Amino acid sequence: MSLLDINNLSVRFGDANAVPVVDGLDLSVDKGEVLAIVGESGSGKSVTMLALMGLIDPPGVVSADSLQFDGTDMLRLKGRQRRRIVGKDLAMIFQDPMTALNPSYTVGFQIEEVLRQHLQLSAKAARRRALQLLERVEIPAAESRLDAYPHQLSGGMSQRVAIAMAIAAEPKLLIADEPTTALDVTIQAQIMALLLDLQREQDMGLVLITHDLAVVAETAQRVCVMYAGQAVEVGAVPGLFEAPAHPYTEALLKAIPEHSLGARRLTTLPGIVPGRYDRPHGCLLAPRCPYAQSNCQTQRPALEPQVRGAVRCFYPLNQEVA
Amino acid sequence: MMADTASDTSVLSARELTRHYSVSRGLFKPHARVQALNGVSFELQAGKTLAVVGESGCGKSTLARALTLIEQPSSGSLQIAGQEVAGANKAQRQQLRRDVQMVFQNPYASLNPRQKIGDQLAEPLLINTPLSRLERRDRVQAMMQQVGLRPEHYQRYPHMFSGGQRQRVALARAMMLNPKVLVADEPTSALDVSIQAQVLNLFMDLQEQFNTAYVFISHNLSVVRHVADNVLVMYLGRPVEMGPKALIYARPLHPYTQALLSATPTIHPDPHRPKIRIVGELPNPLAPPSGCAFHQRCPYATKRCSVEQPQLRLLDARQVACHHAERING
Repeated sequence: MSLLDINNLSVRFGDANAVPVVDGLDLSVDKGEVLAIVGESGSGKSVTMLALMGLIDPPGVVSADSLQFDGTDMLRLKGRQRRRIVGKDLAMIFQDPMTALNPSYTVGFQIEEVLRQHLQLSAKAARRRALQLLERVEIPAAESRLDAYPHQLSGGMSQRVAIAMAIAAEPKLLIADEPTTALDVTIQAQIMALLLDLQREQDMGLVLITHDLAVVAETAQRVCVMYAGQAVEVGAVPGLFEAPAHPYTEALLKAIPEHSLGARRLTTLPGIVPGRYDRPHGCLLAPRCPYAQSNCQTQRPALEPQVRGAVRCFYPLNQEVA
Repeated sequence: MMADTASDTSVLSARELTRHYSVSRGLFKPHARVQALNGVSFELQAGKTLAVVGESGCGKSTLARALTLIEQPSSGSLQIAGQEVAGANKAQRQQLRRDVQMVFQNPYASLNPRQKIGDQLAEPLLINTPLSRLERRDRVQAMMQQVGLRPEHYQRYPHMFSGGQRQRVALARAMMLNPKVLVADEPTSALDVSIQAQVLNLFMDLQEQFNTAYVFISHNLSVVRHVADNVLVMYLGRPVEMGPKALIYARPLHPYTQALLSATPTIHPDPHRPKIRIVGELPNPLAPPSGCAFHQRCPYATKRCSVEQPQLRLLDARQVACHHAERING
């Protein structure tokens, strides 16, 4: 059985008529697997994971057939039970490390808090373990950093601290929401390498939320491409990069400058993501899709399994290379 | 026009451009000096693009502020369209400001939220030209069409646009006076990939049409590879390597350029090519390391690197500031 199994997850903000931000999403992550969720702003990739963590507040409404994590249905959990899992077996790293840490407490205190809460360590043991964790995430002069406040750390160092907190209780699943977007290229490479080391070492599941396809190509085993709240393609890396089946995946790949080396113009997808008032009746990509036929305008395709994953398109591409 | 002092065709020429800031360290301590920009020299021709790359704190934005006359350089010379910036009188400076325009990273912050798009686009004309209201309106409409905005957008406010459209507006505003040089500071880093591609195409189209010279500042090496003719790589306020794009991408000579290129993720990763991982972070600009600023993170550093600062020198048809460039690249 999968470590994480999401069935038909929808998230709306407002009443039942509101446009869903996440629309009927199915997703699974295995133990020790690295799954990337890619998509542009507003595609619902972050909201999906916030829903799993129980971090969607009213007027947000989360509904799903099931949200199974490690044998527990997260949807049915109430406060205290949920808190026993979140932060322990299920941990998350956010995009902006500066705001993810509490500015009023030292780094050491914040890591120790996790250890005392979830592992019931004594103050002394927690401090010892916190020091080990800081060393594990390759923070130089770790001992002196225990008493540092977040504002005394650089962005890269803060993200390392956030990672140390997240892995403190050895989670089974780690969710990293754009963990390197706010960082410089060389620091980004360091942090990604660290995350993958930890993932292998602890055999964690890792969900990597990102907008950067190149990061996905270098790190993930499987990828889920989201568009306007729906999963449009799920497939293995590097297959999905070599032969994308959904026109949106193809368009995303083509829009990367790396794809058009030497060309003066880049291949673009015209238009923008549909908003809440101009949501198409048919396939959500139809107004922008170069391959759209007449039935694409009126009918919504379902996410259909295919040879190398699943795709939500009536006329999937690259089918001959199966 | 002003007298042409430079005989070449450069529209922008910087020599040893330097900008230092003094920073207060508290009441009883002497002020510290940050060398935000140190000895940057380049020539830029009309219709060409110079890309400036580097990580936070490398001096890219300070360079942009010096080029756009927002700040005076501490020393060095800057010529725009042959006109020396230092010592220019008021009328000359006014002309210089028309010749250099800027596009910022965040279009939402760089547009006035309380002014209609049409009025914002007309403002440069209102201030700098004697055109009548109707003529200004025509020019604005023509430019809006050029950047892919519809005529009815004239009456709208910035919050009614998407990020990509706002960047189109910002670019249109910068191009209104047909500047000779456009400085773009991370113009697409706030945009999604598919929108970034649209805006980059617009940049290329406008350059082709108006023959504008671009200074394109970015940390994204794959974007730079697309737009640039020449690349200037900076580290802690100093140029470390500068030359034609093709050369730098095919065979970077400076260890920092090599590390940057190696660290940039790619959609077709080659598992056999070893990744160069540099350790550590940017040193404190208030207390920069002695010798080469990169030596503490450089895998090839020797004793000489910690003592003697490398100067830019010509090697393999580009400039590089490294003592060991030949040894490293065999």
